[in-house]
Amino acid sequence: MAIKKFAVACYDDEEVLFPAVKKVRNSGYKLHDVYTPFPVHGLDGALGLKETDLHVAGFIYGITGTSTAVGFMSWIFCSDWPINFGGKPHWSLPAFIPITFELTVLFAAVGMVLTFCYLNQIMPGVKKHVFHPRQTDDLFVVALEINDHTNEAEVINFLKSTGAVETSVQVAESEWWFGRWDKKEPYELA
Amino acid sequence: MTERFEIPARLRNTSLALIAVGVLVLILGGVTMLGGHDHHDKTRFWLVLLQNSVFFLLLSVASVFIQAAASLAQGGWIVAYKRVPEAIGANVWIFGLIAGAILIFIATGFSVDGHNTIYHWVKPDGDKILEGKSAFLNKEMFIGFTIVTIALWSFFGRKFRALSLAQENAPKNSTKVYWTMFKWSAGFLLVYALTQMSTTPWLWIMSIDAHWYSTMFSWYTFASAFVSGMSVILLFVVFLKNNGNLELVTKEHIHDLGKFMFAFSVFWTYVWFAQYMLIWYSNIPEETTYFKMRQHGPYSLIWYSVFIINFIMPILILMARPSKRNYFTVTFMAMVIIFGHWLDFYIMTMPGPLGKHWHLGWYELGIFMGFAGLLIFVVSNTLTKSSLVPGNHPLLKEAMLHQS
Repeated sequence: MAIKKFAVACYDDEEVLFPAVKKVRNSGYKLHDVYTPFPVHGLDGALGLKETDLHVAGFIYGITGTSTAVGFMSWIFCSDWPINFGGKPHWSLPAFIPITFELTVLFAAVGMVLTFCYLNQIMPGVKKHVFHPRQTDDLFVVALEINDHTNEAEVINFLKSTGAVETSVQVAESEWWFGRWDKKEPYELA
Repeated sequence: MTERFEIPARLRNTSLALIAVGVLVLILGGVTMLGGHDHHDKTRFWLVLLQNSVFFLLLSVASVFIQAAASLAQGGWIVAYKRVPEAIGANVWIFGLIAGAILIFIATGFSVDGHNTIYHWVKPDGDKILEGKSAFLNKEMFIGFTIVTIALWSFFGRKFRALSLAQENAPKNSTKVYWTMFKWSAGFLLVYALTQMSTTPWLWIMSIDAHWYSTMFSWYTFASAFVSGMSVILLFVVFLKNNGNLELVTKEHIHDLGKFMFAFSVFWTYVWFAQYMLIWYSNIPEETTYFKMRQHGPYSLIWYSVFIINFIMPILILMARPSKRNYFTVTFMAMVIIFGHWLDFYIMTMPGPLGKHWHLGWYELGIFMGFAGLLIFVVSNTLTKSSLVPGNHPLLKEAMLHQS
């Protein structure tokens, strides 16, 4: 829950955004994130984002679902409440497969959604700082992380030189936080 | 932009050697099995030919199917190596002729001591179940269906190839042939749905166990054939790539083929298990005999290996992204999958007529090698006939930029 200082630049065209992102990355400033009104193809590559290990997490959740289903059903049908179904053995694996499959999918899907939310620091009920109200409409917003030692005028000039139509310096929560609705913006640096 | 393929001497020699092995084994098998007195040997001789010829026919038709599906979905990714499925599809008629001849001979001319041990339904002899099915399971129906099916498949295989070559010679930026291909693809899907996906495997394979039936059977056979067909395409693509051809093909395209191999291995398992579970659950004696023989009887080793090779191995090895982008793992898995589905066809055909007298020896593997050699030989010959880059194709640029 770190409160940080950001230099924010808004662009009105993705044609300007791509070279700007490249310049920002080359300049050595710390790029916090880019907010766009729609998914921009190739932006993840331009930002240098690495592929996450979300699918590894998915595999682990899936395996957990598989073992939960098989283990739970085995316990029910063999020890807790054994019932004879058409003379079949109590431990009838083929009959367990559909439920095992469903539970694998369910665990993997729910787990991956939650992990995705965590990785993106979003969740229902979580308050996020909005750098510019038009970032969900028609502006592409680039946020740089700066601190007290940064020369703000220099950063702003640099951002303007990359073609930003609007710039500002903001203090905001950098991550997510639950239920701190009482806290009024703008924040003070601790 | 042209790129020509010349068959390297090693590939030609290998394929010819494989064909020679196949022919030699066939002659040797003919002498020892047909000339002998054991009636199981006579059945085995023809049954192995049936299994292999049908397997290779269905596997090559899968190439025609993927072209039609990609054309209708307007998929650009396949264009980078479109010539490979085209070349396989253009040779469907060869496998069609072989399989057709074998199938029709078995249905009409084959008998051991007056009994057709492979297709019992040819002479019901008072068998009430077979007589009840005789409106569908009879010689005329079988021959007619076989000829029509194979003729249509061969026609479409050659038609798609011809259309693709016409596109290359068409005026620049012309999309006329592209849309013609689109329409023919829709036609082929209809044909394919009414043959391979629903009825043909009933006649060719399922009628070996004529008392038993499963409406899922053709769908299950299709899954088998399609995943092996994609593996064959992948083997050719990797070979051409290593040979210095197919510059447009990148890891992205290999990744896509790997995805198909992975996804359809899972799909095969789904259909395979769905067919098994319903019969296991309802536990009706006349249905369970089919699986009794395979799962608990003399074939149980093959039965479980088929499951491990065709499901456990692909799902564990091909699941991760890096392994689908690695030439070694995909090539290795393609060979594993082809062998696994060949075994699957083996277990579809053998148990009925042979019972516990099965063999998996020199004859079975030799015939398989012969067919594999024939496939390599004819397909690589067709590949030399035209540029490997489908020039002038509207989606060529999309194929180059493809990101998996």
